[in-house]
Amino acid sequence: MKFSELWLREWVNVDISSEELLEQLTLLGLEVDDYTSAGGDFEGVVIGEITEAVQHPDADRLRVCKVDDGTGELHSVVCGAPNARAGIKIPFARVGAVLPGGFKIKKAKLRGVESFGMLCSAKELDLSEDADGLHELPSDAPPGTALADYLNLDDHIIDIDLTPNRGDCLNIRGIAREISTRNSTAMIEPMVAGAKVAHQDTFPVEIGSDSCCARFCGRVIRGIDASATTPLWMVEKLRRCGVRSISPSVDVTNYVMLEMGQPMHAFDLDKLSGGIKVRLAEQGEKIKLLDGREVELDTDTTVIADHTRAVAIAGIMGGDETGVSSETTDIMLEAALFMPLGIAGKPRRYNAYTDSAQRFERGIDSELQPFGMERATKLLVDIVGGQVGPIFETRNDAHQRSFETVSLSRSRLDRFLGVEVPDDKVADIFDRLGIKANKTDDGWEGVSPSWRWDIAIEEDLIEEVARLHGYNKIPRTNPAWVPSVTGSSEAELPANTLSQLLIDRGYQEAVCYSFVDGRQSEFAPGVEALALANPISVELGEMRHTLWLGLCDVMQSNINRQQSDIKLFECGLKFVPQGDDLKQYKVISGLVTGNRSAEHWGGPAVAVDFYDVKSDVEALLGAASGVEFVIEPGEHPALHPGISASIKTGGEIVGWIGSLHPKLQKTLDLSQVPILFEIEMAALEQVRVPVYTEISKFPSVRRDLAVTLDKDIPFSEIQDCVDRHASEVVKEVRLLDVYTGKGITVGLRSVALGLILQDFSSTLGDNEIETAMSRILDGLTKDLGATLRT
Amino acid sequence: MPLDELINNALAQIEQATDLSTLDSVRVEFLGKKGQLTAQLKSLGGLPVEEKKSAGQKINEGKRTVQQALEGKLLTLEAAAIDERLKNEAIDVTLPGRGQIEGGLHPVTRTIRRITSIFSQLGFSVAEGPEVENEYYNFEALNIPEHHPARAMHDTFYFDDGRLLRTHTSSVQIRFMENNKPPVRIISPGRVYRCDSDMTHTPMFHQVEGLLVDTDIAFSDLMGHLEMFLKLFFDQNDVEIRFRPSYFPFTEPSTEVDIRMADGPNAGKWLEVLGAGMVHPEVFKSVGVSTEEFTGYAFGMGVERLAMLRYGVSDLRSFFENDLRFLRQFNEAI
Repeated sequence: MKFSELWLREWVNVDISSEELLEQLTLLGLEVDDYTSAGGDFEGVVIGEITEAVQHPDADRLRVCKVDDGTGELHSVVCGAPNARAGIKIPFARVGAVLPGGFKIKKAKLRGVESFGMLCSAKELDLSEDADGLHELPSDAPPGTALADYLNLDDHIIDIDLTPNRGDCLNIRGIAREISTRNSTAMIEPMVAGAKVAHQDTFPVEIGSDSCCARFCGRVIRGIDASATTPLWMVEKLRRCGVRSISPSVDVTNYVMLEMGQPMHAFDLDKLSGGIKVRLAEQGEKIKLLDGREVELDTDTTVIADHTRAVAIAGIMGGDETGVSSETTDIMLEAALFMPLGIAGKPRRYNAYTDSAQRFERGIDSELQPFGMERATKLLVDIVGGQVGPIFETRNDAHQRSFETVSLSRSRLDRFLGVEVPDDKVADIFDRLGIKANKTDDGWEGVSPSWRWDIAIEEDLIEEVARLHGYNKIPRTNPAWVPSVTGSSEAELPANTLSQLLIDRGYQEAVCYSFVDGRQSEFAPGVEALALANPISVELGEMRHTLWLGLCDVMQSNINRQQSDIKLFECGLKFVPQGDDLKQYKVISGLVTGNRSAEHWGGPAVAVDFYDVKSDVEALLGAASGVEFVIEPGEHPALHPGISASIKTGGEIVGWIGSLHPKLQKTLDLSQVPILFEIEMAALEQVRVPVYTEISKFPSVRRDLAVTLDKDIPFSEIQDCVDRHASEVVKEVRLLDVYTGKGITVGLRSVALGLILQDFSSTLGDNEIETAMSRILDGLTKDLGATLRT
Repeated sequence: MPLDELINNALAQIEQATDLSTLDSVRVEFLGKKGQLTAQLKSLGGLPVEEKKSAGQKINEGKRTVQQALEGKLLTLEAAAIDERLKNEAIDVTLPGRGQIEGGLHPVTRTIRRITSIFSQLGFSVAEGPEVENEYYNFEALNIPEHHPARAMHDTFYFDDGRLLRTHTSSVQIRFMENNKPPVRIISPGRVYRCDSDMTHTPMFHQVEGLLVDTDIAFSDLMGHLEMFLKLFFDQNDVEIRFRPSYFPFTEPSTEVDIRMADGPNAGKWLEVLGAGMVHPEVFKSVGVSTEEFTGYAFGMGVERLAMLRYGVSDLRSFFENDLRFLRQFNEAI
C-alpha cells in the first residue's frame, strides 16, 4: 500500500520525525518497502500558461508556444506534446531549471526556431508514469507560482508491504490507528454528517443467499454536473497513493477506499435496468469489464447484475457498459460487503488484481458501508453537485459476522511472552485498537473490532499486546531444559561420513534441480516420470528418477568452461512412480571423467577408468561395513553393457556403477565419457561394531600360485572357488596379476594369486602348507578348468 | 722385507685407499690369514726363544698400528660414502607434491552443516521429510485452509493427482509431532520448491526448519535462541538483531528477523534473514498436542539467503549452476 505521509499525519498528529515514523511502521509489522519524495527532484519549474500555440514552420509534430510565467514577459517554447494548446496551464521549466536526473534546461534551437525553456509531462517531473503529454494543471493555477509549492510537494510517499492478515491497514485510517496506538495519541477522524436528502428515490436490490455479498448499500444521486473536474488536492492525494485521476465519481470512490478501506462503485443509473440482483454467475455467462476485456465467468463467482445482465464481478471489477461517463447525470453509488472466501482466488483466475479485490480478499471493515457512503456522498456532491437520495440497504443473513468474546489470561500472556506488560498498557492497547475489552479476575475478555478479521483466539490478543508493546522490548532468554543424550548407536553410519569420504577422494559436491526434462527417459526406458502440472518450463518439467542426467549436464557445462577433470557427487531424493504410489528415496550418485589426478610433472596424465571409480565405490561400501555387498556384472540401459556392474545386498540391487552408454553420450552430446555410480542411501546405514579376535603369535608364510583358465571366467568366481577350497590356515588371498597375451593360449588368461598362510597354535610345517596349496589348486582345476602355470 | 718397511708400506696403502673395497684388500694383504704381517708372526717359530719374545712384541705393535690406521680410515671412508649417497639422493623439494583433484562440499550443504552444528549444541536433532507432499502436511495441518491467501503466495508446484512439491520445510513439523510426543527439539534442513524463477528466485531452494516444544517455551526464548544462533553463524558478536511482527498462518505471534552488521559489504543495512513465531494452537490441535500443557516456537530460514550474506555471493542462481570454479571457493574445511 502506497500512501502520502502528509495524509497520514492529517489523521494522526504525532510529533515524530519521518525516520521514526518509518521505523515504527516497520516494527508494527507494516514493513516499509520504499520511501520516496512526493514530487520529482526539480528546481526552477513554475506554473505557466500557454497563450498561443502555432505550428512549427519546419516540423509537423512540433508547435511553437508562447508561455506566460507570471513575469509579464512571454517566452517562446518549442514543444512536441500533442496536447500543447492555448489556454492550458502547465509546468514550465524556465531556462536554468534543473529536472530530475540533473537535466539542465538551456536555451535551444529546434529546427531553426529558438526555444526558451521546456513544457513538462508528469513523467518528466517524476510525478507519475504518465508521459502521454503535458501535465495539465487546473485552470485557476496561478502562473509564476513554483510548482512544488502549488502541489504541496514537500511530502513523501511511503510504500508498505502488508501481510495477508492486515487488510485493515490497506487504508489511511487503519494505518493511523496503528500509529495512534503505538504513540498513545488520539486519532483525528473527519466529521461525516448525513447528507441532506433531497428526494426519496431508491433502486431495488436483491441479494442471493448463495452469493458472497453480506450487505449492499446504495444511494441515488440525480442531476450531477458531468463537466466538473476533480480538485487538485484530491488528484494529488490519489496520485501519491498510486491512483490515477479519472473522473470525479471514480476519484471519489477511490478516495474513500484509500482513506477508509471501503471499495465503492458508481453506476450510471440510466444504464441499469429493473433493479440490482447480487447472485452467482450463470453457466457460460460473460461480462465485458472496465478494462475492455470480455471474460467468461465461473458459477462460483458472485456478480452484481441488473435484470438483464451482469454489470460487475462483485468486489473485483465493474463492467464496461454501466460505468459513469461524461454524459451521466444520475448515478447509483454502491458500498457493499463481500466476504473474503467468495473473493479469494478470483483475482488470480480473472487476472484482475484490482485495489478493490485486494481489500475484499483480505476482509474490509464489515460495519463501514453506510459511513463510507456518507463520506463519498459529501465529497462527491462538493464537486459535482446533484440531489441526494436516501441510503438503501439490503443484507444477506447467510453471511453476518459474529464476534466471539476472546478471553486472555494474565498468566498465559506472561508465560507466552516471557515478559510482563502492565495492565494499564494492555488496556490502552486494546482500547486504541478498537478491541472492546473488559477486565476479568484473571485477565481480559475482548471482542474484535469490525475491521479486524484476524482476532479470534487468545494468541491473537497476545500478539496484539506484544506487537504494540514492541517485540524488541521483550527480553531474550534461554530456556532451561533437561538435556537428553540421544547420541546414535555405534552401528549407525554417522551422517556425514560418506560425503566426507568422497570429498577426501577429490569429489566436488553438486546440487542440481530435482526437476529435469524428458531426456531422463533415456536413462530408464519404461519408467514413467512424475510430471509437474504447472512446471516453470519444459526443461524443468518432471521429477528426476535418476541423478545422472543432472550430473552429466553439470559435467558438460564445466567442460564448456575448460574444466575437464571432473569428479562430482550429489546426494538427494529420486522420485520413482510405482503405480499410484511414489517411491521417493535418497541416493548418493557420482560422476567421474577426465584424468585421475591433476596434471603433474612426475608422470603422464592417466585417464580415469572403471577401476578408479570402483575403488571409490568400494570405499563407500566399506564404510557401511555392517552390510555385505556384492558387485557383479549387470546390465543397465544407461551404461555400457561391458563396463557396468550392479551393487547388491541380500540379492537386491541397491546401486550401479559403470561407464555411460555410448548411445547416451551421443544423445546428450557429451564431449567426454563419464563413469557413473549410484547407491541407495538406505543400504549404507550400518557399520559393523568392531569385535576383537586374537592375533596369532606364529609366523605367516606366503605362497604364490599362477594358473591359466578361460578368460571369460570372472574373477569373482575364481575368488569364490579359492574361498571354497581354502583351509583354515589360509588367511588372505591377494590378486597379484592378470595377464593375457604372449605366452598364453588365446582364449585363456593367467591369474596370479598370493596366499598368506598362518596357524594359530604352531608354526606351519612344509607338509601343511603343501596340503593347503594343493587343495586350492585342485579346486581351481576341477571347478574352473584351471591349469598350473609353470 | 724388514718389519718397519712393511708397516710403513701398509700405512701408505691405507692412506691411499679411496674406497671401502680397496681398504679391505689392504687389510687382507697385511692382516689376513695369509697376510704379510701374519706371515711374519708365523716366521717367529724359527727364532731363538730370547729373540722370539721381543720380535713378537714388535710385530704385534706393528699390527696394532696398522689395525688402528685401518679402522680410522674405515670411519672416514664410511662417512664419505654416506655423504656421497646423501648428495646423490637429494631432490628438489620445491617441486609440487603429487596432488589429487581437490574436492569439497557444496556451499548450501556447508551452510546447512554450520546451522545444524550450532543448533545441535542446543540439543536439536535433525529430522527429515518427503519433498513430494500432500495438501494436508504442507497446508491444512499448518492452519492454511483452502482459499487462504497464504496459499496463493506460496506459488505451489502441483502434480495431476493433487500432490505437490513442499513449499516449505514446515511440513516436517507435522510429520514429526505426529510420531513424537513433546518435548521436541528438531531442525529439518531440506529442499523446498516454489513456482517462481527470476534474478532473485529459483524454483528450488533450501530451508532449515526449527521446532522447539516444551512445557514453558516463551516468545522470549525464541528471541534468545535466534539471537544466539545469528551471532554464532555470522561470527559477529556485535551483529544487531531485531524482531518485526509478521504473519504466518502456523505461528502466532509471528515475527521476521532482521540483522544489521557492523562491517562488511552490507554494514548498516537491516537485512531480513528468517521468519519465526510461537506454534499456532491449530497446529498443535492437528497433531494432538495439548495447548494447555505445552507451548513451542518454530522458525524457518532460507539457506541460500544465509550463505549469500555469509560468503558474499551475489547471484542466487549460481548455487545451482554447479560451476566448479564457483564450488571450489567453498572447499575450506569446516
